[in-house]
Amino acid sequence: MDWEIVIGLEIHTQLATKSKIFSGASTAYGAPPNTQACLVDLGYPGVLPVLNEQVVVMAIKFGLATHCEIAPRSVFARKNYFYPDLPKGYQISQYELPIVHSGHIDIVTEDGEVKTIGITRAHLEEDAGKSLHESFHGSSGIDLNRAGTPLLEIVSEPDLRSAAQAGAYMRKIHELVRYLEISDGNMQEGSFRCDANVSVRPAGETTLGTRTELKNLNSFRFVEKAIEIEVERQIDVIEDGGSVVQETRLYDADRNETRPMRSKEEANDYRYFPDPDLLPVLIESELVESIRASLPELPDAKRARFAEQYGLSDYDADVLTSSAELADYFETAVAAASKAEPKAIANWVQGKVIAALNEDGLEIDESKVTAADLGALVDKIADGTLSGKLANDVFDMLRAGEGTVDSIIEERGLEQITDSSAIAALCANVLAGNEAQAQQFRDGNEKVIGFLVGQAMKASQGKANPQQVNEVLRRLLAE
Amino acid sequence: MLKRAMHEKTLTELSDALAAKQISARELTEHYLGRIEQLDADLNAFVTVTAEQALAQANAADERRAGGTATALTGIPIAHKDIFCTTGIKTSCGSRMLDNFVSPYNASIVAKLEDAGVVMLGKTNMDEFAMGSSNETSFYGPVRNPWDLERVPGGSSGGSAAAVAAGLCGGATGTDTGGSIRQPAALTGLTGLKPTYGRASRYGMIAFASSLDQAGTLTRSAADAALLMQTMAGFDANDSTSLADPVPDYVTEIESPWEKLRIGVPENFFDDGLDAENAAAVRASLDVFEKLGATIKSVQLEHVHLSVPVYYVVAPAEASSNLSRYDGVRFGHRAEGADDLIEFYMRTRAEGFGAEVKRRILTGTYVLSAGYYDAYYLQAQKARQLIAEDFKRAFADVDLIAGPTTPTPAFPIGQKVGDPIEMYLNDIYTIGANLAGLPAMSIPCGFVSGLPVGLQLIAPHLAEGRLLKAAHHFQLHTDWHRQVPEAYA
Repeated sequence: MDWEIVIGLEIHTQLATKSKIFSGASTAYGAPPNTQACLVDLGYPGVLPVLNEQVVVMAIKFGLATHCEIAPRSVFARKNYFYPDLPKGYQISQYELPIVHSGHIDIVTEDGEVKTIGITRAHLEEDAGKSLHESFHGSSGIDLNRAGTPLLEIVSEPDLRSAAQAGAYMRKIHELVRYLEISDGNMQEGSFRCDANVSVRPAGETTLGTRTELKNLNSFRFVEKAIEIEVERQIDVIEDGGSVVQETRLYDADRNETRPMRSKEEANDYRYFPDPDLLPVLIESELVESIRASLPELPDAKRARFAEQYGLSDYDADVLTSSAELADYFETAVAAASKAEPKAIANWVQGKVIAALNEDGLEIDESKVTAADLGALVDKIADGTLSGKLANDVFDMLRAGEGTVDSIIEERGLEQITDSSAIAALCANVLAGNEAQAQQFRDGNEKVIGFLVGQAMKASQGKANPQQVNEVLRRLLAE
Repeated sequence: MLKRAMHEKTLTELSDALAAKQISARELTEHYLGRIEQLDADLNAFVTVTAEQALAQANAADERRAGGTATALTGIPIAHKDIFCTTGIKTSCGSRMLDNFVSPYNASIVAKLEDAGVVMLGKTNMDEFAMGSSNETSFYGPVRNPWDLERVPGGSSGGSAAAVAAGLCGGATGTDTGGSIRQPAALTGLTGLKPTYGRASRYGMIAFASSLDQAGTLTRSAADAALLMQTMAGFDANDSTSLADPVPDYVTEIESPWEKLRIGVPENFFDDGLDAENAAAVRASLDVFEKLGATIKSVQLEHVHLSVPVYYVVAPAEASSNLSRYDGVRFGHRAEGADDLIEFYMRTRAEGFGAEVKRRILTGTYVLSAGYYDAYYLQAQKARQLIAEDFKRAFADVDLIAGPTTPTPAFPIGQKVGDPIEMYLNDIYTIGANLAGLPAMSIPCGFVSGLPVGLQLIAPHLAEGRLLKAAHHFQLHTDWHRQVPEAYA
């Protein structure tokens, strides 16, 4: 039987505010346990939450970027349950009235087609703390540094039809929140994580199958692998005559399997009700419009512009716009160059620059070779000053901090030899020293020209213009 | 004027005496501390007496006065209901759950009063987590009414009421969620003010029902209430529900000449549930207003009979969530020797909370549960809206609403503890103002069988000035508020 896979994702992205969503405590990652939790975060008697208005602006940015409706009035609600790392015994979230809803975003599927994925809603909420079960001799430790960290929970429609589409959607949202500068998207630190609702149904069936929820998937690869393995499991269950149980499951990356979480946690009735400590969030259209006006260029628009304006292939445009920082680097390099073609600069960025960053473990905005340097360097190839090989060497010297493009070329005499009399003398020498090969060429072995050019380049320590050497050698050999 | 003992004076009189250097804050504080030591064993009005700190604050107040930077409240000894967090001092909320809780911070209104220079004598007893109308649910035992030690002082601010009525402090703070200031004020012959919801900050006031809770005062006079509220009121950036409207000058406003007021009387308040003599005392006080030039007319509060059932859905719902933080993990009572997490929670909460608190947590959890939320919680919110609209309609025709504060005078300790519904009905006249968020007061208006009873006045949103002024002018022409229980004269 043919099966159709139906997936919806709930992505939790940590908003990049300095302080927490309802208190003034810092959100910085990695502090010693319980040093960034104030009385509000600790749920002390008598304390009250006060909304950090920055999160409202961030949520509106996300909503505008995904064609959502921005709710003029949204309401914080309490989600009630007991757990030691949930200090108040309830999480403040949004339930019936989320801040943005009914949007969509485009992804490119595994078949290369553009597909629109619905975004049901995105709502604001606070994160819980962490329970630490190791090294407390049978007890659990509680770290409340994370308690009260602002999250935007982004809920998709069940529009995704494969693990690859789920991965593409998650990458797209990840790229977007970083473009919008509303999240650092750091998956290792848990700033961007995802739950997947997965079900299968016979192809052509219109009602949904019973779904399971895969919890806390914190990498693109795990999302795809977890969904693949869960889909296989569900199909096996049904084909063996069983039925899928609606439950929450955990993905074990080491064993590449999913397994049910304790069912006790399933039985929760969260008893949502509006939080009487917080006023409804009222958003005026003036605020929305001023945020709309301040939105940066978004990935899809930038990609289209790069292809059009710089004459790049879709692939190049895609790679160069994968982050706003990389795109900025490219555009700065292009602006700094006067002769070089954007395509040539694109090749350098995707080749040498990225390779060097990977080697050095740096981000693009930390690149040792600045965008302006790169533009100047590629210019030197375009105007014939440097050969490709020499340009490579200069790049390495720039990376090592040995000077500017001009100073390196000048101090090391790296300038390409383009003086025709000098090249003619050089070529004559090479032919005199390699008579056998010269004769082979005259006898019709065209290939040997490569060897002769190589000898000339070597003799010039790579500085001769290879194009000119080639031409002069051919002319001398024909005489 | 009659020469009164120091502890029978109003805050206004004490403030004048301090300003005139007739007495020092130190002397005043020592006098009250002496009375607490001598008399509180019977009354049980205080959970904690902060003698040492009070004397230090009194000395500082005297220095401040000598330095010329005193406020009207500098050196005035008051007590705080033990629901307000006070830095470095046990803040129990009348519960075993918080018997070991020493607050690391001050409630906003505590800080404001401290900045003005008041002297805190101690923390007063209360119904556990402010849930009760008789002060019998306190972990620290019942408070006794100074007018009759066999009777309740009302609740939940019963300790504050008994302390002021018995002259153990000059005035006290309280909180009012369904009548917890006005009802004890009525039963102990005091003036109780519950301001508009949001007029005074809730930050640091331990939450019972967040959409209803409001801080206020228990004092000997309306002028005293104005004096304290002048400092307590105002916006607080730590409380999103506090109101940003500027605080009027209540103290000046109440002294301005009497204007003709239209006073509305909801006739359905005078039903079978209201004690006949209590009703007569309330009617007589309406005559006083009429003589002052007020027009008395009847008003309809069509849905006010729904107040008690609505309240006992909304308040427990919010309480069930507000009290979830008492889990033994970070502060407060913690059960020993539990084998797993669930047992730890269950035993901590079973041991830490008393019966009435448990009853309300269960009720609240029930009305918020899947399948019951629409039928109870949402329905109650709709009815709450209707009640608020009734008041709004009534205030289109009248300036104030007047009626009884309670159905009866103080009842004997133990009489109603076995019958929660009977106990809840004690707040039948007061709950409406909480549901609608309106300012309201209770002022003494007579005696029934030697026990004080109260007149309730309710004003429109933020009309505390009008409310206090009416009460003040009433008190200029009556002396019910100057009566003191004989044993505490």
